[in-house]
Amino acid sequence: MNRSIRLNMFAAPSSFYALSGFLLPWLWLIAIGFAVAGLYIGFFVAPTDATQGDSYRIIFVHVPAAWMSMILYLVMAGWAVFGWAANARLASMVARALAPTGAMFTFLALWTGALWGKPTWGTWWVWDARLTSELILLFLYLGFMALVESIDDVRRADHAGALLALVGAINVPIIYFSVKWWNTLHQGATISMTAAPKMAATMLQAMLLMTVAFWAYSFAVVFMRTRAIILERERQAQWVRDLAAKEAA
Amino acid sequence: MSGGVFTLVAGRDLRLAGRRRFEALLPVVFFIVAASLFPLGVGPEPQVLRQIAPGVVWVCALLAAMLSLNTLFASDFQDGSLEQMLLSRHSAVFIVAGKALAHWILTGLPLILAAPVLGVLFDMHANSILTLVAGLMLGTPVLSLLGGIGAALTLGLRSGGVLILLIVLPLCIPVLIFGAGAVGMVDMGLSASGHLSLLGALLLLSLVAAPPAAAAALRISMS
Repeated sequence: MNRSIRLNMFAAPSSFYALSGFLLPWLWLIAIGFAVAGLYIGFFVAPTDATQGDSYRIIFVHVPAAWMSMILYLVMAGWAVFGWAANARLASMVARALAPTGAMFTFLALWTGALWGKPTWGTWWVWDARLTSELILLFLYLGFMALVESIDDVRRADHAGALLALVGAINVPIIYFSVKWWNTLHQGATISMTAAPKMAATMLQAMLLMTVAFWAYSFAVVFMRTRAIILERERQAQWVRDLAAKEAA
Repeated sequence: MSGGVFTLVAGRDLRLAGRRRFEALLPVVFFIVAASLFPLGVGPEPQVLRQIAPGVVWVCALLAAMLSLNTLFASDFQDGSLEQMLLSRHSAVFIVAGKALAHWILTGLPLILAAPVLGVLFDMHANSILTLVAGLMLGTPVLSLLGGIGAALTLGLRSGGVLILLIVLPLCIPVLIFGAGAVGMVDMGLSASGHLSLLGALLLLSLVAAPPAAAAALRISMS
């Protein structure tokens, strides 16, 4: 009983604002520290690949970015639907704060994929099942952001976004398998990315370090964006006015 | 009772469209004009045209179905009748389903009837045209059903028209893949039954899931 009250406490925007403010420096520290370590191991310690040379090193950014892009969509849909179903304002705010970060990681995965594809396959882009699904994921993020941005009423925007994210999340597997089938049927690209070469232990380490860094970065940026949304929406609340008065003083 | 409101809403929308016949024909006119641009763009070689035909017809059908979506709820929303319908004791799911049926009869059905003409223009084989029509029959209702969700979400928004495209088109990609893929299979001398079955599965899934989602979206937009 006592514990549930304590967990619920952070669902109040003011408590979340205080807690996230306390966590933010640590999250940034973790993000930067792990990114430096991951990039160092990735670029200087990990051995050069026998077939791909040094160009493969982009995967230390590419693969974690692709993971984040997919996970963040599900997390976003989850918070959005929770905010809609339970009428939890903070959950809806977090969902909106997640969308730009997810879209950024999707774009980063596509961009680094192109940088990797040019030296490896000799082309910036192939209509491979994974690349195509990632592109469609970017469209889904853009649709979500466009919808919530164009609705002025905050409540309607949150709930409409939740419904769209839910429909999108249900559609993601259908889209993925249809694209996969479409790709095998057309056999445009004869590159097998599933047959991954054996990874050296240092490569795996670098990738895991980068994944932790990206997670911490996502938390930090989403917290910052959520804090901004809280201040904007709660500007009439007394605690925000007090805060503003203290800042001004 | 609920079935009654379904046919009632569909019949009402069809009658309203019948009063403005030219407007109702616009999607199919767009469909034919847009598809006719492709030979002018890529050149008149029959070989090339035959190869791109299924994709072109499907993409144009997709766009034609989307174009008429923002009118799905708009006029009823403006004159307040949509609010009255939702306030009535009838289920919103059946009202939405009735509107989707009317939308399909007004846009999907004419597209299916016009598709064989385009098939001939693109020098498609008779078998391929038959598969194309079968795929459109299964796929265009999905477009109307998914489009209903998009139309409900964007109800009354300033940028509604383009927004619907951005929201609904990515969701329609599986329909495009299986619809155009079915014709591709026939062209390769294989059976299209797998693709058509999957289109049928998508149709069943959206028949069950899309009207409740669109009804929920309407509630969100109207509250």
